[in-house]
Amino acid sequence: MINEAPTNLWLMIIALAISAYLLKMFGLVVLGSRQLPKVFDRCLGLVPAALLSALVLKDTFSVGQSLVVDARVAGFLVAVIAAWRRAPLIVVVVLAAGATALLRAI
Amino acid sequence: MTELRRVVVSSLTLGGAVGIFALSFGVASVSAGASVWQTCALSLFVFTGASQFSAMSVVGAGGSMLAAYGGAVLLAARNLVYGLALSSSAKSMAGNLPRRLFAAHFVIDETTALALAQSSPRFRKVAFWTTGIGLFTFWNLGTLIGALAGTAIDPQKFGLDIAFPAAFIVMLVPHLRSKLGRQAAVLGGVLCLVSISFLPIGVPILIAALAVLVGVRNDQ
Repeated sequence: MINEAPTNLWLMIIALAISAYLLKMFGLVVLGSRQLPKVFDRCLGLVPAALLSALVLKDTFSVGQSLVVDARVAGFLVAVIAAWRRAPLIVVVVLAAGATALLRAI
Repeated sequence: MTELRRVVVSSLTLGGAVGIFALSFGVASVSAGASVWQTCALSLFVFTGASQFSAMSVVGAGGSMLAAYGGAVLLAARNLVYGLALSSSAKSMAGNLPRRLFAAHFVIDETTALALAQSSPRFRKVAFWTTGIGLFTFWNLGTLIGALAGTAIDPQKFGLDIAFPAAFIVMLVPHLRSKLGRQAAVLGGVLCLVSISFLPIGVPILIAALAVLVGVRNDQ
């Protein structure tokens, strides 16, 4: 699964920890109550929508660089329905994993 | 006093719910190839959920560390906006500079939402810290338990490779309430799917970030 040495994963984790902290700290402590341009604010607010949607599709329909349709699709569909009906996360994950596992077993 | 209790109870309830989220992060992260220590380090020191999920999702798919880092940082960037939103209350919530530097670690979706929901500085302080510390505790406990459980089972057999997308779907739903959010989600998804076959693994996630530009034109 991991193509690189575990050390590289450690380096990524450290870099990410520092970056995440600096982002939080910069807004709270350094920039103070300065106002960001509205457009900037709005675009940053849209990052989760854009990236989470991309991540869902990547994790459901791809293996490496190939697009594939496999047992994960069942879990995906179940998760969408469950999340739409506002089921708690643990229920969504268990139902989705169950659907995928079931399809693999038969 | 009852008002204070209400603030504390809602903060701790949220913390408990987030612990469940962390459980699935722990399981998914070790399934993606991280060790228990690495998984716990992510929750302790990165401590911003969507970024952690995103980084390990890219790593697990075989993407480069740089691509994993890039997507995660983009998702962490909104914490800058949260910090700004909280900054006018920073002194009353945290006090002197060292304390504010410590408080910065807890500037995330939930602490910002609950702190800003309070009208008085005193309640804002209580909400920020009970949410921050409570959530940090549950998040890390959940991660550890999930990671330990994840090493004990075969992720493929139990369909746990779906844990990442399932969690992403749950995180995505609230962002689909606004029209701009839906546009960004659709465009981000399309950009990712069309670029997946010819760009290195994980890079399509960065390309998807271009979808936020729908926010440039639209005023609403």
